[in-house]
Amino acid sequence: MRLPATRLALVPRGSPSLLWTWASPLLALGLTVACGMLLFGLLGKSPWQAVSMFFVEPLASKRGVAEVLLKATPLALCAVGLSLAFRANVWNIGAEGQLIAGSIAAAAVALAGAGSGGWLVVAAIVAAAAGGMAWASVTAWLRDRFNANEILVSLMLVYVAQLLLSYVVHGPMKDPAGFGFPQSPMFDRAARLPLLLDGTRLHVGSLLALAAAAAAWLVLARSVIGFQLRVAGLAPRAARYAGFSSRRVLWTTLLVSGALAGIAGGAEVAGPMGQLTPSVSPGYGFAAIIVAFVGRLHPVGAVAASILMALFYIGGELSQSRLGMPSSLTGVYQGLLLLFLLGADTLIVNRLRLRAAAA
Amino acid sequence: MSAVPRLALRGITRRYPGVVANDGVSLEVGAGEIHAILGENGAGKSTLVKIIAGAVAPDAGTIEFDGRPVASADPAAARAIGVAMVYQHFSLFDSLTVAENIALGLDRRLARGELAAAIRAAGERYGMRIDPQAHVHDLSMGERQRVEIVRALLAQPRLLILDEPTSVLTPQAAEALFATLRQLASEGVSVLFISHKLDEIRRLASRCTVMRSGRVVAVVDPRSESEQSLARLMIGGQPPQIAAHDTAPGRARLLVDGLRLSEGGEALSFEVRSGEIVGIAGISGNGQNALMALLAGERASPAASIRLDGQPVGALGPRRRRALGLRYVPEERIGHGAVPELSLVDNALLTVDRLQQRGFVRAAAAAAYAGEVVHRFDVRCAGTHARAGSLSGGNLQKYLVGREVLAEPSVLLVNQPTWGVDVGAAAAIRNSLVALRTRGCAVLVVSEEIDELFELADRLMVMAGGRLSPAVAAHGLPVDELGRWMAGRWPTAQQ
Repeated sequence: MRLPATRLALVPRGSPSLLWTWASPLLALGLTVACGMLLFGLLGKSPWQAVSMFFVEPLASKRGVAEVLLKATPLALCAVGLSLAFRANVWNIGAEGQLIAGSIAAAAVALAGAGSGGWLVVAAIVAAAAGGMAWASVTAWLRDRFNANEILVSLMLVYVAQLLLSYVVHGPMKDPAGFGFPQSPMFDRAARLPLLLDGTRLHVGSLLALAAAAAAWLVLARSVIGFQLRVAGLAPRAARYAGFSSRRVLWTTLLVSGALAGIAGGAEVAGPMGQLTPSVSPGYGFAAIIVAFVGRLHPVGAVAASILMALFYIGGELSQSRLGMPSSLTGVYQGLLLLFLLGADTLIVNRLRLRAAAA
Repeated sequence: MSAVPRLALRGITRRYPGVVANDGVSLEVGAGEIHAILGENGAGKSTLVKIIAGAVAPDAGTIEFDGRPVASADPAAARAIGVAMVYQHFSLFDSLTVAENIALGLDRRLARGELAAAIRAAGERYGMRIDPQAHVHDLSMGERQRVEIVRALLAQPRLLILDEPTSVLTPQAAEALFATLRQLASEGVSVLFISHKLDEIRRLASRCTVMRSGRVVAVVDPRSESEQSLARLMIGGQPPQIAAHDTAPGRARLLVDGLRLSEGGEALSFEVRSGEIVGIAGISGNGQNALMALLAGERASPAASIRLDGQPVGALGPRRRRALGLRYVPEERIGHGAVPELSLVDNALLTVDRLQQRGFVRAAAAAAYAGEVVHRFDVRCAGTHARAGSLSGGNLQKYLVGREVLAEPSVLLVNQPTWGVDVGAAAAIRNSLVALRTRGCAVLVVSEEIDELFELADRLMVMAGGRLSPAVAAHGLPVDELGRWMAGRWPTAQQ
């Protein structure tokens, strides 16, 4: 058999490349943009419009930037929690469900406390964290007690949460004066998150996301539990040898990621929405999985990646409203980004080399 | 046996940095012969079979198959001429079916139905019945091995190599495997069988090549040898060097009383006293790892079955036992004793508990501790922030032993202290253990290397089949006797 004179080969590196750990997401982004341009071209639009819709237009005004940060907030909150869990090999795929549970809990507090004024919003956000935590604790308990696979359990609980949300907005929390629409009454002023920038919808939830990222960074870099969850993820036998409790790691990561996802849901209903509706989340909890990996499971990376992902959401909406492109574009771009990232990540432990082929 | 051997190796040599894994090894396997390779850990058996299977290139020497030279380091070429290999660690995908797994391993393509029929036919013929549609995760270890073997058989091999095939099998499953291998041999397939279980080799093989330190030391007919004589060939018969031990041992620090490795296993009892090194000899895989896991606290046991300075600790975890002075160096460095992706500083945090304070890491103290270990134990590395995985085996082992020794334990458990370590590092590690003993520590060493145990230990026990022999003074046990004990036959108290 005759082979071409040379071929591309993947050669293992001695140790993982730090450069490619961070260059890989950038390469993946570049390939996604190139593919996006090609896609626009095939759909009969100018490829440059793709760049413009996704990366120029959304950032062209103060309001635009605020909208990007607004969308990035729930993504960052979820992704920071997921980064901690994924590092410990705890595969919480159900941030979407925990986010919904948090939004229901926040709405319940906001509606029950209507008229009480004061710090109602604080109670609502605390309830949101508790709601997300409670939802995640089901997964933790089933894994701990029965060794049930947390990927399946957390994922299936997303659908349970979606049905629960549908039930409460059609039933107990439905606005009596809402003309039969499945949504709750609008919350009081006191149950809404304060705005950060006048004339925009950006709220203090964004600061919560930044604080969460900073705290998670500190935990990973300096705390004993952060060290334990890194070891549990990298070398489970070494964790057992050191005497680290795998149950402690499981519960901590699930409860923390659940709480952060819950806060993300609470901040949505107490922030831009101001009420509970069946469409609390356009899949933030799932997109946050991609965000966490693009951000290299690092809390600061998660913040940067959440802004990128927010651009995809807004660019997709703009392409739909201005150019009549299909609304599924956002999902296509998210998928492309993850696909290219997984491919590019092989360069972290391998190098590409042109080899003379064996005859 | 026909005149031309099925497989002939001549003068195979393979060097790795710091060690010669194979040193001029010659080996012949005839058609239809069951040939065993016997040797201790690190004797060079695995390197040799990897060379035969084309996974590793020899530095020197030739390989002939049916009298024709074979190009080395080409696994596909080796498969094409009829070499099939069953590895010790299974390479199966749990979530796929038997048929899917087998299809992945075959060089030629078969239709789905054809493949299932072929699997059934091979299973019937060799008494290895297996359902092609079963999922691998539902199978027992013995059944998984059948899948591996059936996969190898479907390639119609002329030389079947099995690396430690019975290490995961029950005695019944092993017996069934032997019947299959005998049948294959009677049909003309040559079988190369790697093992360190003496009784199996005597029952199964018609010839046995014994390796020690990368060299062939004997080729014998195992049926006319005793287990004792095989063991002596394997470990070498030279009079051991006994170190002069001048300290008198003190009180018992580690007391094991009625500890069982598994439900219904034999109750083990022994003690390790202050200022002595007790060695556990024996072929690995006879319960040593289970014993160490129990003693270190990775597995729990009834509280009173293990006592540390009189205090029952069987139910405590590793961390609580460390607080009481018991430390452990496990056999596997990568992934057990150390996290390869983390720095030496971070790896110090694994077991040195005083480097933590109120839930936070004392970064400066950890760096200082790691630096101290590197300095005192002469660990060659690019600095304490080097990844543990970037160190050579010997240097990482020096670091891990140093990490535990520097914490001045009152009881130290060491599993295979110098496994895969170069000579210089091995001497440094042994010296540090002897020095620790002299300072009054009670040291328990598990090792497969007899010479090492004679050099280190004051008293010796032998482990075989999950049982422990009585402890005897190391200099009171001739090597002959040791060989018999390693086969599980030591005098019991009743006799």
